[in-house]
Amino acid sequence: MAVAVRELELDLDAFEGPFDLLLSLVLREELPLQEVDLAEIVIAFVEHLADRGELDLDACGEFLVLISALLELKARAMFPDEEAELAELEPEEAAEELARRLAEYRRAKEAAQFLRGRLEARRDLYFRLGPAPLAPRPERKLAPQSADKLAAALRVLSIEPPAPSTAHMALRFPPTSQFLERWRSLLRRRSRFDFDQEVKGLSRVEVAVAFLALLELRKQNEIAIAQAAPFAPIRISRADAERSLSWTAHSA
Amino acid sequence: MDSPLRLITTEATPAAELAKVVEALLVVASQPLPVEEIAAAAEVDVTHVGEALELLAERYCEETSGIVLEHVAGGWAFRASAAASEACSRLFEKPTEKGLSQAALETLAIVAYLGPLSRPEIARIRGVNVDGVVAGLAERGLISEGGRENEFGAIRYRTTPLFERIFGLESLSALPRVDDLGADVTEIRARLEAVAEKRPA
Repeated sequence: MAVAVRELELDLDAFEGPFDLLLSLVLREELPLQEVDLAEIVIAFVEHLADRGELDLDACGEFLVLISALLELKARAMFPDEEAELAELEPEEAAEELARRLAEYRRAKEAAQFLRGRLEARRDLYFRLGPAPLAPRPERKLAPQSADKLAAALRVLSIEPPAPSTAHMALRFPPTSQFLERWRSLLRRRSRFDFDQEVKGLSRVEVAVAFLALLELRKQNEIAIAQAAPFAPIRISRADAERSLSWTAHSA
Repeated sequence: MDSPLRLITTEATPAAELAKVVEALLVVASQPLPVEEIAAAAEVDVTHVGEALELLAERYCEETSGIVLEHVAGGWAFRASAAASEACSRLFEKPTEKGLSQAALETLAIVAYLGPLSRPEIARIRGVNVDGVVAGLAERGLISEGGRENEFGAIRYRTTPLFERIFGLESLSALPRVDDLGADVTEIRARLEAVAEKRPA
């Protein structure tokens, strides 16, 4: 597996030993990468694979990442002023970058391994897939329509409506004299009466005028008005009858 | 003689009644239904749906049923039992996950953990061009476009609910923690850092 890559024995012009050590030396800058023939490392690895007689994909993957990182480092070392961006990276930074990328890639690989496991665990599980059969939106049903009907409706609307009647707003007061006469004649027949009883069935305006007539009569001292309590029936009596009553009340 | 005491009541409880509605919704659905959606469709409270689902989970489990209720991709769904897998395999294909390459799985893992992210970002991590792999995953419906870098930047990708369902994840949070991944990453990093520190000034 991965161990095979690190312990890959190399016999190059510039270096002899395990791949692992080469990596360390390069990162420590004890071995100039320019002098290392990377193609030879690739050949050595391929030969190593051939010797083992089986294709170890994990090892291949790690080898590819390592060798491409080395290639990048070497390219930067060989063309230091090629591009400012490339030159920015010091070998030390490059080493850190290499470590960071290896770490990141290794994580992705392990996450992929986890996903592979999930897939394996669910290999025997079948389920229905597909877009959800969502309920269709209810269509608004309209009765069959015709252009003539629309025209007719518009025609009705185009006629100017009659001016609203304000007749009901004008208050027509019956003359007060009408009620003055009525109350006087009533009191000629009876000594007292109940106001509410007498105006029953009259309109509000008529009731108001009838009450005004009462006040008028009171002013002329023809009647006396009494009410036991607010909203209690209003009692009307002849002025003379009231006077004797109040006198009795005072004498008591 | 009739016993006055009846131990088995045939009277349906409200939860059992609701369970009927819930299982009906689930059998029509072709995607996992979130509890909220079930509650809205059944016009009941979410907590009641939870009780009904508990009843259904007891009934639809591997031991007793050919249909199994599972909590997956943020919702509830029916699937075939493992015991019926052989029969299923004779009649049905699994095109979505069939022949997913190692490159595809690595790309999926990267998108699942770090998404939404763009193809160049994925390529930077994997160290190779990922255009083909990303297109393939999008075609399978395992990833989808989810916004852009800046306003007019590269398209970003994220995993889909289908991804969660295929891999049997309740949600993306069911993935192992990043810290738990790459046990020997720390070892590599430590070695490289140690090497960098030892470098003569």
